Amino acid sequence: MRDVLVGDYLRGRGVSRRSLLKFCAAAASWMALPPTMAQEIAAAIEKARRPSVIWLPFQECTGCTESITRAETATLESLIFDAISLDYQHTLQAAAGDAAEEARHQAMKENWGKYLLAVDGSIPLANPGYSTIAGVSNLDMLLEAAKGAAAIIAIGTCAAFGGIPAARPNPTGAVAVSDLIKDKPIINVSGCPPIPVVITGVLAQYLTFGSIPDLDRLGRPRAFYGQSIHDRCYRRPFYERGQFAESFDDEGARKGWCLFKLGCKGPITYNSCATIKWNGGTSFPIEAGHGCIGCAEPNFWDKGGFYEALSVSRWGTFGTVAAAAAVGAAAGVASAALARHRQAKAPEGESR
Amino acid sequence: MTLFDFARGPGMFWATTIMVIGIVWRLAGAVLLARHKDRSTPRGDNRVAAGLRAVLMRSVPPHELEKHITFQHLTGYAWHIGWFVTFLFFVPHMPFIESILGFGWPGLPNQAIVMLAAITLAILLLLLVRRIVHPVLKVISDFDDYVSTLLACAPLVTGIVAFAHLFPSHHETMIGLHILSVEALMVWLPFGKIFHCVTGLPLRFQIGAAFARRGVKA
Repeated sequence: MRDVLVGDYLRGRGVSRRSLLKFCAAAASWMALPPTMAQEIAAAIEKARRPSVIWLPFQECTGCTESITRAETATLESLIFDAISLDYQHTLQAAAGDAAEEARHQAMKENWGKYLLAVDGSIPLANPGYSTIAGVSNLDMLLEAAKGAAAIIAIGTCAAFGGIPAARPNPTGAVAVSDLIKDKPIINVSGCPPIPVVITGVLAQYLTFGSIPDLDRLGRPRAFYGQSIHDRCYRRPFYERGQFAESFDDEGARKGWCLFKLGCKGPITYNSCATIKWNGGTSFPIEAGHGCIGCAEPNFWDKGGFYEALSVSRWGTFGTVAAAAAVGAAAGVASAALARHRQAKAPEGESR
Repeated sequence: MTLFDFARGPGMFWATTIMVIGIVWRLAGAVLLARHKDRSTPRGDNRVAAGLRAVLMRSVPPHELEKHITFQHLTGYAWHIGWFVTFLFFVPHMPFIESILGFGWPGLPNQAIVMLAAITLAILLLLLVRRIVHPVLKVISDFDDYVSTLLACAPLVTGIVAFAHLFPSHHETMIGLHILSVEALMVWLPFGKIFHCVTGLPLRFQIGAAFARRGVKA
Protein backbone atom coordinates (compact mmCIF):
# COMPACT_ATOMS: atom_id res chain seq x y z
CA MET A 1 0.00 0.00 0.00
CA ARG A 2 2.89 2.37 0.74
CA ASP A 3 4.09 2.08 -2.89
CA VAL A 4 0.90 3.72 -4.15
CA LEU A 5 1.39 7.34 -5.16
CA VAL A 6 -0.58 9.88 -3.12
CA GLY A 7 -2.20 11.21 -6.32
CA ASP A 8 -3.43 7.77 -7.35
CA TYR A 9 -4.67 7.15 -3.83
CA LEU A 10 -6.63 10.40 -3.71
CA ARG A 11 -8.16 9.80 -7.16
CA GLY A 12 -9.17 6.38 -5.92
CA ARG A 13 -10.97 8.12 -3.04
CA GLY A 14 -12.86 10.36 -5.48
CA VAL A 15 -10.80 13.52 -4.95
CA SER A 16 -10.72 15.55 -8.18
CA ARG A 17 -7.65 17.43 -9.35
CA ARG A 18 -9.60 20.66 -8.89
CA SER A 19 -10.19 19.80 -5.24
CA LEU A 20 -6.54 18.91 -4.78
CA LEU A 21 -5.45 22.20 -6.36
CA LYS A 22 -7.87 24.06 -4.11
CA PHE A 23 -6.34 22.41 -1.07
CA CYS A 24 -2.81 23.12 -2.34
CA ALA A 25 -3.63 26.78 -2.95
CA ALA A 26 -4.92 27.02 0.60
CA ALA A 27 -1.87 25.17 1.91
CA ALA A 28 0.43 27.57 0.01
CA SER A 29 -1.45 30.46 1.55
CA TRP A 30 -1.22 29.05 5.09
CA MET A 31 2.50 28.55 4.67
CA ALA A 32 2.94 32.06 3.24
CA LEU A 33 4.17 30.69 -0.08
CA PRO A 34 3.46 32.41 -3.43
CA PRO A 35 0.16 31.30 -5.08
CA THR A 36 2.17 29.88 -7.98
CA MET A 37 3.51 27.25 -5.59
CA ALA A 38 0.07 25.60 -5.46
CA GLN A 39 0.71 23.82 -8.77
CA GLU A 40 4.10 22.59 -7.57
CA ILE A 41 2.67 21.43 -4.26
CA ALA A 42 -0.08 19.56 -6.09
CA ALA A 43 2.40 17.95 -8.49
CA ALA A 44 4.71 16.98 -5.66
CA ILE A 45 1.89 15.54 -3.56
CA GLU A 46 0.54 13.55 -6.51
CA LYS A 47 3.93 12.02 -7.21
CA ALA A 48 4.91 11.46 -3.61
CA ARG A 49 5.12 7.97 -2.20
CA ARG A 50 2.92 7.62 0.82
CA PRO A 51 5.24 8.26 3.75
CA SER A 52 5.13 5.92 6.68
CA VAL A 53 3.93 7.59 9.86
CA ILE A 54 4.13 6.01 13.27
CA TRP A 55 1.96 7.79 15.80
CA LEU A 56 2.65 7.23 19.48
CA PRO A 57 0.00 8.46 21.91
CA PHE A 58 1.42 8.88 25.40
CA GLN A 59 -0.02 10.85 28.35
CA GLU A 60 -2.85 12.45 26.40
CA CYS A 61 -6.62 12.81 26.28
CA THR A 62 -7.10 11.84 22.61
CA GLY A 63 -8.29 15.39 21.92
CA CYS A 64 -5.44 15.89 19.45
CA THR A 65 -6.38 12.72 17.58
CA GLU A 66 -10.01 13.79 17.64
CA SER A 67 -9.12 17.21 16.26
CA ILE A 68 -6.80 16.02 13.53
CA THR A 69 -8.89 13.17 12.24
CA ARG A 70 -11.92 15.49 12.14
CA ALA A 71 -14.06 12.43 12.60
CA GLU A 72 -17.30 14.31 12.09
CA THR A 73 -16.60 15.35 8.49
CA ALA A 74 -14.56 13.79 5.75
CA THR A 75 -12.64 16.87 4.58
CA LEU A 76 -9.91 17.05 2.00
CA GLU A 77 -7.47 17.56 4.83
CA SER A 78 -8.57 14.30 6.38
CA LEU A 79 -8.12 12.57 3.03
CA ILE A 80 -4.61 13.97 2.75
CA PHE A 81 -4.13 12.70 6.24
CA ASP A 82 -5.43 9.32 5.08
CA ALA A 83 -2.97 9.47 2.22
CA ILE A 84 -0.05 8.98 4.53
CA SER A 85 0.59 5.43 5.54
CA LEU A 86 -0.40 5.56 9.17
CA ASP A 87 1.25 2.34 10.26
CA TYR A 88 0.65 2.64 13.97
CA GLN A 89 -1.87 4.62 15.97
CA HIS A 90 -3.37 2.52 18.68
CA THR A 91 -6.50 4.65 19.01
CA LEU A 92 -7.38 4.45 15.33
CA GLN A 93 -6.01 1.12 14.16
CA ALA A 94 -8.06 -2.06 14.08
CA ALA A 95 -5.23 -4.24 15.30
CA ALA A 96 -4.65 -4.52 19.01
CA GLY A 97 -2.25 -6.15 21.45
CA ASP A 98 0.68 -8.08 20.00
CA ALA A 99 -0.56 -7.60 16.42
CA ALA A 100 -0.45 -3.82 16.81
CA GLU A 101 3.03 -3.88 18.27
CA GLU A 102 4.15 -6.22 15.53
CA ALA A 103 2.82 -3.74 12.94
CA ARG A 104 4.82 -0.96 14.58
CA HIS A 105 8.02 -2.97 14.61
CA GLN A 106 7.53 -4.03 11.02
CA ALA A 107 6.88 -0.46 9.85
CA MET A 108 9.93 0.78 11.72
CA LYS A 109 12.10 -1.95 10.22
CA GLU A 110 10.87 -1.43 6.66
CA ASN A 111 11.19 2.37 6.79
CA TRP A 112 14.16 2.77 9.13
CA GLY A 113 15.54 6.28 8.87
CA LYS A 114 12.63 7.47 6.67
CA TYR A 115 9.42 7.35 8.69
CA LEU A 116 7.81 10.30 10.37
CA LEU A 117 7.23 9.85 14.08
CA ALA A 118 4.15 11.62 15.40
CA VAL A 119 3.78 11.90 19.15
CA ASP A 120 0.88 13.24 21.13
CA GLY A 121 0.91 13.38 24.89
CA SER A 122 3.71 14.04 27.32
CA ILE A 123 6.18 11.49 28.66
CA PRO A 124 6.12 10.71 32.40
CA LEU A 125 9.54 10.31 33.99
CA ALA A 126 8.61 10.07 37.67
CA ASN A 127 7.63 6.43 37.33
CA PRO A 128 7.74 4.38 34.08
CA GLY A 129 4.55 2.62 35.19
CA TYR A 130 2.45 5.79 35.01
CA SER A 131 1.88 5.30 31.29
CA THR A 132 2.71 2.21 29.29
CA ILE A 133 1.75 0.66 25.97
CA ALA A 134 1.92 -3.12 25.75
CA GLY A 135 3.96 -3.08 28.93
CA VAL A 136 6.57 -0.72 27.47
CA SER A 137 7.04 2.64 29.17
CA ASN A 138 6.42 5.76 27.12
CA LEU A 139 10.04 6.78 27.56
CA ASP A 140 11.44 3.49 26.23
CA MET A 141 9.01 3.45 23.32
CA LEU A 142 9.85 7.03 22.34
CA LEU A 143 13.60 6.47 22.50
CA GLU A 144 13.30 3.30 20.43
CA ALA A 145 11.02 4.81 17.78
CA ALA A 146 12.93 8.10 17.56
CA LYS A 147 16.15 6.31 16.58
CA GLY A 148 14.81 5.39 13.13
CA ALA A 149 12.71 8.50 12.48
CA ALA A 150 13.49 11.06 9.78
CA ALA A 151 11.71 13.70 11.83
CA ILE A 152 9.37 13.92 14.78
CA ILE A 153 6.10 15.84 14.89
CA ALA A 154 5.08 16.64 18.46
CA ILE A 155 1.32 17.02 18.13
CA GLY A 156 -0.44 19.06 20.76
CA THR A 157 0.85 21.10 23.68
CA CYS A 158 1.45 18.01 25.85
CA ALA A 159 3.95 16.53 23.39
CA ALA A 160 5.36 19.92 22.46
CA PHE A 161 5.75 21.48 25.92
CA GLY A 162 4.46 19.05 28.56
CA GLY A 163 0.96 20.55 28.56
CA ILE A 164 -1.59 19.84 31.24
CA PRO A 165 0.19 16.74 32.65
CA ALA A 166 3.23 18.96 33.32
CA ALA A 167 1.15 21.61 35.11
CA ARG A 168 2.15 22.26 38.71
CA PRO A 169 2.82 20.14 40.69
CA ASN A 170 3.49 17.83 37.72
CA PRO A 171 2.82 14.61 39.66
CA THR A 172 4.01 12.30 36.87
CA GLY A 173 7.19 14.23 36.06
CA ALA A 174 5.80 14.86 32.57
CA VAL A 175 8.19 16.24 29.95
CA ALA A 176 7.96 17.20 26.28
CA VAL A 177 9.46 15.22 23.39
CA SER A 178 12.11 17.91 22.88
CA ASP A 179 13.26 17.43 26.48
CA LEU A 180 14.30 13.86 25.62
CA ILE A 181 15.23 13.81 21.94
CA LYS A 182 18.07 16.07 20.89
CA ASP A 183 19.40 14.51 17.69
CA LYS A 184 16.33 14.58 15.43
CA PRO A 185 14.40 17.45 13.83
CA ILE A 186 11.30 18.08 15.93
CA ILE A 187 8.30 20.05 14.72
CA ASN A 188 6.11 21.25 17.58
CA VAL A 189 2.48 21.56 16.51
CA SER A 190 1.14 22.98 19.75
CA GLY A 191 -2.42 23.66 20.76
CA CYS A 192 -4.90 21.95 23.01
CA PRO A 193 -5.79 20.61 20.55
CA PRO A 194 -3.89 21.88 17.50
CA ILE A 195 -5.75 23.17 14.45
CA PRO A 196 -6.26 20.24 12.03
CA VAL A 197 -4.97 22.05 8.94
CA VAL A 198 -1.73 22.90 10.69
CA ILE A 199 -0.77 19.25 10.81
CA THR A 200 -1.90 18.68 7.22
CA GLY A 201 0.04 21.80 6.23
CA VAL A 202 3.17 20.37 7.84
CA LEU A 203 2.58 17.08 6.05
CA ALA A 204 2.01 18.92 2.74
CA GLN A 205 5.32 20.71 3.22
CA TYR A 206 7.08 17.44 3.97
CA LEU A 207 5.52 15.72 0.94
CA THR A 208 6.30 18.69 -1.34
CA PHE A 209 9.77 19.69 -0.35
CA GLY A 210 10.96 16.70 1.66
CA SER A 211 11.92 19.11 4.41
CA ILE A 212 10.52 20.46 7.61
CA PRO A 213 9.08 23.98 7.63
CA ASP A 214 10.73 27.10 8.98
CA LEU A 215 10.32 26.98 12.77
CA ASP A 216 10.02 29.64 15.45
CA ARG A 217 12.06 29.72 18.68
CA LEU A 218 9.71 27.14 20.21
CA GLY A 219 10.10 24.76 17.28
CA ARG A 220 6.68 25.56 15.77
CA PRO A 221 6.06 26.16 12.05
CA ARG A 222 6.45 29.89 11.63
CA ALA A 223 3.77 29.95 8.91
CA PHE A 224 1.14 28.99 11.47
CA TYR A 225 2.60 30.32 14.71
CA GLY A 226 4.31 33.46 13.45
CA GLN A 227 1.71 35.93 14.67
CA SER A 228 -0.20 36.34 17.88
CA ILE A 229 -3.93 35.76 18.15
CA HIS A 230 -4.18 39.40 19.27
CA ASP A 231 -2.51 40.71 16.12
CA ARG A 232 -4.97 38.89 13.88
CA CYS A 233 -8.04 39.17 16.07
CA TYR A 234 -11.10 40.82 14.51
CA ARG A 235 -11.75 42.43 17.94
CA ARG A 236 -8.37 44.20 17.90
CA PRO A 237 -9.89 47.58 16.85
CA PHE A 238 -11.90 47.57 20.09
CA TYR A 239 -8.69 47.05 22.04
CA GLU A 240 -7.17 50.04 20.26
CA ARG A 241 -10.19 52.16 21.10
CA GLY A 242 -10.16 51.03 24.73
CA GLN A 243 -13.54 49.28 24.46
CA PHE A 244 -13.61 46.17 26.60
CA ALA A 245 -16.26 43.74 27.77
CA GLU A 246 -16.41 43.81 31.57
CA SER A 247 -18.39 40.61 31.94
CA PHE A 248 -19.65 37.88 29.65
CA ASP A 249 -23.17 39.26 29.53
CA ASP A 250 -22.72 43.02 29.51
CA GLU A 251 -23.29 45.44 26.69
CA GLY A 252 -19.62 45.29 25.67
CA ALA A 253 -19.78 41.52 25.33
CA ARG A 254 -22.95 41.78 23.25
CA LYS A 255 -21.29 44.35 21.01
CA GLY A 256 -18.28 42.10 20.50
CA TRP A 257 -15.75 44.30 22.29
CA CYS A 258 -12.28 43.14 23.28
CA LEU A 259 -12.10 40.36 25.89
CA PHE A 260 -8.74 41.42 27.37
CA LYS A 261 -10.24 42.34 30.74
CA LEU A 262 -11.98 38.97 30.88
CA GLY A 263 -8.65 37.18 30.75
CA CYS A 264 -8.03 36.75 27.02
CA LYS A 265 -4.45 35.51 26.48
CA GLY A 266 -4.46 36.46 22.79
CA PRO A 267 -1.64 39.03 23.16
CA ILE A 268 0.84 36.37 24.31
CA THR A 269 -0.43 33.41 22.28
CA TYR A 270 0.92 32.52 18.86
CA ASN A 271 -1.37 30.41 16.70
CA SER A 272 -3.58 30.62 13.62
CA CYS A 273 -6.97 30.39 15.35
CA ALA A 274 -7.92 33.94 14.31
CA THR A 275 -7.10 33.33 10.63
CA ILE A 276 -7.63 29.64 9.82
CA LYS A 277 -10.27 29.23 12.54
CA TRP A 278 -11.95 25.97 13.54
CA ASN A 279 -14.66 23.67 12.22
CA GLY A 280 -13.95 24.34 8.60
CA GLY A 281 -13.25 28.02 9.12
CA THR A 282 -16.53 28.61 10.97
CA SER A 283 -15.32 30.33 14.10
CA PHE A 284 -12.78 30.36 16.90
CA PRO A 285 -13.10 30.81 20.67
CA ILE A 286 -12.92 34.61 20.68
CA GLU A 287 -15.53 34.80 17.93
CA ALA A 288 -17.72 32.57 20.11
CA GLY A 289 -17.38 35.11 22.93
CA HIS A 290 -14.70 33.49 25.10
CA GLY A 291 -11.16 34.77 25.53
CA CYS A 292 -8.17 32.82 24.26
CA ILE A 293 -6.75 30.60 27.02
CA GLY A 294 -3.31 30.50 25.40
CA CYS A 295 -3.31 26.74 24.88
CA ALA A 296 -0.58 26.81 22.21
CA GLU A 297 1.97 28.28 24.63
CA PRO A 298 4.20 26.49 27.14
CA ASN A 299 2.83 26.30 30.71
CA PHE A 300 -0.50 27.81 29.70
CA TRP A 301 -2.17 25.97 32.57
CA ASP A 302 0.03 27.71 35.13
CA LYS A 303 -0.24 31.27 33.82
CA GLY A 304 -2.82 32.36 36.36
CA GLY A 305 -6.57 32.06 35.95
CA PHE A 306 -8.12 31.86 32.51
CA TYR A 307 -10.37 34.76 33.51
CA GLU A 308 -7.61 36.89 35.01
CA ALA A 309 -6.45 39.75 32.77
CA LEU A 310 -2.82 39.66 31.70
CA SER A 311 -2.16 42.93 33.49
CA VAL A 312 -3.19 41.51 36.86
CA SER A 313 -0.07 40.79 38.89
CA ARG A 314 0.17 38.93 42.14
CA TRP A 315 1.25 41.69 44.51
CA GLY A 316 0.22 39.68 47.56
CA THR A 317 -2.66 40.21 49.94
CA PHE A 318 -3.51 42.90 52.45
CA GLY A 319 -2.10 40.49 55.02
CA THR A 320 1.31 40.32 53.33
CA VAL A 321 1.33 44.10 52.88
CA ALA A 322 0.48 44.53 56.58
CA ALA A 323 3.30 42.14 57.48
CA ALA A 324 5.70 44.12 55.27
CA ALA A 325 4.54 47.34 56.95
CA ALA A 326 5.19 45.77 60.37
CA VAL A 327 8.71 44.80 59.30
CA GLY A 328 9.24 48.33 57.97
CA ALA A 329 7.94 49.86 61.21
CA ALA A 330 10.30 47.68 63.27
CA ALA A 331 13.22 48.71 61.07
CA GLY A 332 12.16 52.36 61.39
CA VAL A 333 11.94 52.15 65.17
CA ALA A 334 15.35 50.46 65.30
CA SER A 335 16.98 53.02 63.04
CA ALA A 336 15.41 55.92 64.98
CA ALA A 337 16.61 54.40 68.27
CA LEU A 338 20.08 54.05 66.84
CA ALA A 339 20.03 57.66 65.66
CA ARG A 340 18.86 58.85 69.10
CA HIS A 341 21.58 56.82 70.75
CA ARG A 342 24.22 58.43 68.53
CA GLN A 343 22.77 61.86 69.20
CA ALA A 344 22.85 61.22 72.95
CA LYS A 345 26.49 60.12 72.81
CA ALA A 346 27.61 63.01 70.61
CA PRO A 347 29.01 66.22 72.21
CA GLU A 348 26.32 68.81 72.95
CA GLY A 349 27.23 71.09 70.03
CA GLU A 350 26.95 68.25 67.50
CA SER A 351 23.90 66.54 68.88
CA ARG A 352 21.23 68.78 67.37
CA MET B 1 9.15 30.14 34.45
CA THR B 2 9.25 32.81 31.78
CA LEU B 3 10.26 36.40 32.37
CA PHE B 4 6.58 37.33 32.10
CA ASP B 5 5.54 34.75 34.69
CA PHE B 6 8.29 35.96 37.03
CA ALA B 7 7.29 39.60 36.59
CA ARG B 8 3.59 38.91 37.22
CA GLY B 9 4.26 36.56 40.13
CA PRO B 10 7.27 36.64 42.47
CA GLY B 11 8.63 39.84 40.92
CA MET B 12 5.51 41.85 41.73
CA PHE B 13 5.15 40.26 45.16
CA TRP B 14 8.71 41.11 46.22
CA ALA B 15 8.65 44.57 44.65
CA THR B 16 5.47 45.36 46.62
CA THR B 17 6.92 43.91 49.80
CA ILE B 18 10.22 45.80 49.49
CA MET B 19 8.42 49.03 48.62
CA VAL B 20 6.12 48.81 51.65
CA ILE B 21 8.95 47.87 54.01
CA GLY B 22 11.08 50.73 52.65
CA ILE B 23 8.35 53.37 52.84
CA VAL B 24 7.31 52.49 56.39
CA TRP B 25 10.94 52.12 57.49
CA ARG B 26 11.92 55.56 56.22
CA LEU B 27 8.77 57.26 57.45
CA ALA B 28 8.95 55.69 60.92
CA GLY B 29 12.68 56.44 61.12
CA ALA B 30 12.07 60.11 60.25
CA VAL B 31 9.03 60.59 62.50
CA LEU B 32 10.71 59.00 65.52
CA LEU B 33 13.93 61.03 65.32
CA ALA B 34 14.76 63.17 68.37
CA ARG B 35 13.41 66.72 68.19
CA HIS B 36 14.57 69.95 69.74
CA LYS B 37 12.78 70.91 72.86
CA ASP B 38 10.76 73.96 71.93
CA ARG B 39 11.47 76.62 74.51
CA SER B 40 10.38 79.71 72.55
CA THR B 41 7.02 81.42 72.52
CA PRO B 42 5.06 80.79 69.28
CA ARG B 43 4.78 83.95 67.15
CA GLY B 44 2.17 82.65 64.74
CA ASP B 45 -1.16 81.32 65.81
CA ASN B 46 -2.52 79.39 62.83
CA ARG B 47 0.05 76.82 61.89
CA VAL B 48 -2.36 74.58 59.97
CA ALA B 49 -3.39 77.41 57.65
CA ALA B 50 0.25 78.37 57.20
CA GLY B 51 1.16 74.77 56.42
CA LEU B 52 -1.58 74.50 53.80
CA ARG B 53 -0.54 77.85 52.36
CA ALA B 54 3.04 76.58 52.04
CA VAL B 55 1.83 73.47 50.26
CA LEU B 56 0.03 75.69 47.77
CA MET B 57 2.63 78.43 47.39
CA ARG B 58 5.53 76.02 46.97
CA SER B 59 3.64 74.31 44.18
CA VAL B 60 3.99 77.33 41.90
CA PRO B 61 7.19 79.15 40.93
CA PRO B 62 8.00 81.97 43.36
CA HIS B 63 7.61 85.33 41.67
CA GLU B 64 11.26 86.30 42.18
CA LEU B 65 12.52 83.19 40.37
CA GLU B 66 9.73 82.88 37.84
CA LYS B 67 11.88 83.78 34.88
CA HIS B 68 14.45 81.12 35.66
CA ILE B 69 12.40 78.14 36.74
CA THR B 70 9.09 78.36 34.91
CA PHE B 71 10.29 75.96 32.21
CA GLN B 72 11.34 73.45 34.84
CA HIS B 73 8.02 73.83 36.64
CA LEU B 74 5.83 73.49 33.57
CA THR B 75 7.70 70.52 32.10
CA GLY B 76 7.79 68.94 35.56
CA TYR B 77 4.03 69.24 35.92
CA ALA B 78 3.49 68.07 32.34
CA TRP B 79 5.40 64.83 32.70
CA HIS B 80 4.04 64.04 36.15
CA ILE B 81 0.47 64.49 34.93
CA GLY B 82 1.19 62.54 31.74
CA TRP B 83 2.80 59.73 33.69
CA PHE B 84 -0.06 59.35 36.14
CA VAL B 85 -2.80 59.68 33.52
CA THR B 86 -1.03 56.99 31.48
CA PHE B 87 -0.88 54.75 34.52
CA LEU B 88 -4.35 55.42 35.83
CA PHE B 89 -6.39 55.71 32.64
CA PHE B 90 -4.88 53.09 30.29
CA VAL B 91 -7.65 50.51 30.21
CA PRO B 92 -5.40 47.41 30.17
CA HIS B 93 -3.94 48.70 33.48
CA MET B 94 -7.39 48.77 35.02
CA PRO B 95 -7.60 45.08 36.00
CA PHE B 96 -4.37 45.58 38.01
CA ILE B 97 -5.79 48.65 39.75
CA GLU B 98 -9.06 46.83 40.41
CA SER B 99 -7.17 43.88 41.88
CA ILE B 100 -5.72 46.26 44.50
CA LEU B 101 -8.57 48.68 45.17
CA GLY B 102 -11.50 46.46 44.35
CA PHE B 103 -12.91 49.04 41.96
CA GLY B 104 -11.92 50.87 38.82
CA TRP B 105 -13.02 53.75 36.61
CA PRO B 106 -13.48 54.42 32.91
CA GLY B 107 -10.27 54.66 30.93
CA LEU B 108 -9.25 56.70 27.91
CA PRO B 109 -8.88 55.41 24.34
CA ASN B 110 -5.62 53.56 23.94
CA GLN B 111 -4.38 55.77 21.11
CA ALA B 112 -4.85 58.88 23.24
CA ILE B 113 -2.90 57.25 26.08
CA VAL B 114 -0.11 56.15 23.76
CA MET B 115 0.21 59.68 22.41
CA LEU B 116 0.27 61.07 25.94
CA ALA B 117 2.88 58.49 26.97
CA ALA B 118 5.05 59.43 23.99
CA ILE B 119 4.83 63.15 24.88
CA THR B 120 5.59 62.37 28.52
CA LEU B 121 8.60 60.31 27.52
CA ALA B 122 9.83 63.06 25.20
CA ILE B 123 9.61 65.61 28.05
CA LEU B 124 11.44 63.29 30.43
CA LEU B 125 14.23 62.71 27.90
CA LEU B 126 14.42 66.46 27.24
CA LEU B 127 14.80 67.09 30.97
CA LEU B 128 17.42 64.36 31.20
CA VAL B 129 19.45 65.94 28.40
CA ARG B 130 19.03 69.34 30.04
CA ARG B 131 20.29 67.90 33.30
CA ILE B 132 23.36 66.58 31.52
CA VAL B 133 24.23 69.78 29.63
CA HIS B 134 22.99 72.53 31.96
CA PRO B 135 26.03 74.10 33.71
CA VAL B 136 24.34 74.26 37.11
CA LEU B 137 22.10 71.21 36.95
CA LYS B 138 24.92 68.91 35.94
CA VAL B 139 26.94 69.99 38.97
CA ILE B 140 24.15 69.44 41.47
CA SER B 141 22.92 66.19 39.92
CA ASP B 142 24.05 62.90 41.32
CA PHE B 143 23.57 59.19 40.70
CA ASP B 144 20.17 59.27 42.36
CA ASP B 145 18.85 61.90 39.93
CA TYR B 146 19.87 59.93 36.87
CA VAL B 147 18.64 56.58 38.19
CA SER B 148 15.32 58.11 39.23
CA THR B 149 14.82 59.75 35.83
CA LEU B 150 15.71 56.59 33.92
CA LEU B 151 13.44 54.48 36.11
CA ALA B 152 10.59 56.92 35.49
CA CYS B 153 11.26 56.62 31.73
CA ALA B 154 11.55 52.83 31.69
CA PRO B 155 7.83 51.92 32.11
CA LEU B 156 6.95 54.39 29.34
CA VAL B 157 9.58 53.00 26.96
CA THR B 158 8.70 49.36 27.62
CA GLY B 159 4.98 50.12 27.60
CA ILE B 160 5.11 51.86 24.23
CA VAL B 161 7.28 49.10 22.77
CA ALA B 162 4.91 46.43 24.07
CA PHE B 163 1.81 48.26 22.87
CA ALA B 164 3.27 48.92 19.43
CA HIS B 165 4.30 45.24 19.09
CA LEU B 166 7.75 46.32 17.92
CA PHE B 167 9.03 42.81 18.62
CA PRO B 168 5.97 40.79 17.57
CA SER B 169 7.42 37.36 18.26
CA HIS B 170 8.53 38.40 21.76
CA HIS B 171 5.42 40.18 22.92
CA GLU B 172 5.16 38.19 26.13
CA THR B 173 8.76 39.10 26.99
CA MET B 174 8.05 42.76 26.25
CA ILE B 175 5.05 42.80 28.61
CA GLY B 176 7.27 41.04 31.16
CA LEU B 177 9.93 43.75 30.77
CA HIS B 178 7.23 46.42 31.13
CA ILE B 179 6.04 44.94 34.43
CA LEU B 180 9.66 44.51 35.59
CA SER B 181 10.39 48.16 34.82
CA VAL B 182 7.49 49.16 37.07
CA GLU B 183 8.78 46.80 39.75
CA ALA B 184 12.26 48.38 39.52
CA LEU B 185 10.62 51.76 40.09
CA MET B 186 8.67 50.38 43.07
CA VAL B 187 11.83 48.96 44.65
CA TRP B 188 13.74 52.22 44.11
CA LEU B 189 10.91 54.43 45.36
CA PRO B 190 11.65 54.39 49.12
CA PHE B 191 15.41 54.70 48.70
CA GLY B 192 15.81 57.34 46.01
CA LYS B 193 14.63 60.88 45.39
CA ILE B 194 11.38 59.48 44.01
CA PHE B 195 10.46 59.18 47.68
CA HIS B 196 9.34 62.80 47.36
CA CYS B 197 6.02 61.37 46.13
CA VAL B 198 5.47 60.26 49.75
CA THR B 199 7.21 63.01 51.69
CA GLY B 200 6.87 66.02 49.36
CA LEU B 201 3.54 67.48 50.45
CA PRO B 202 3.84 66.63 54.19
CA LEU B 203 7.26 68.27 54.28
CA ARG B 204 5.97 71.42 52.63
CA PHE B 205 3.21 71.52 55.19
CA GLN B 206 5.62 70.95 58.03
CA ILE B 207 7.97 73.69 56.81
CA GLY B 208 5.07 76.13 56.46
CA ALA B 209 3.82 75.32 59.97
CA ALA B 210 7.30 75.57 61.51
CA PHE B 211 7.96 78.92 59.83
CA ALA B 212 4.57 80.23 60.99
CA ARG B 213 5.49 79.34 64.56
CA ARG B 214 8.53 81.53 64.18
CA GLY B 215 6.46 84.27 62.60
CA VAL B 216 8.05 83.81 59.17
CA LYS B 217 6.14 83.40 55.93
CA ALA B 218 7.19 80.19 54.19
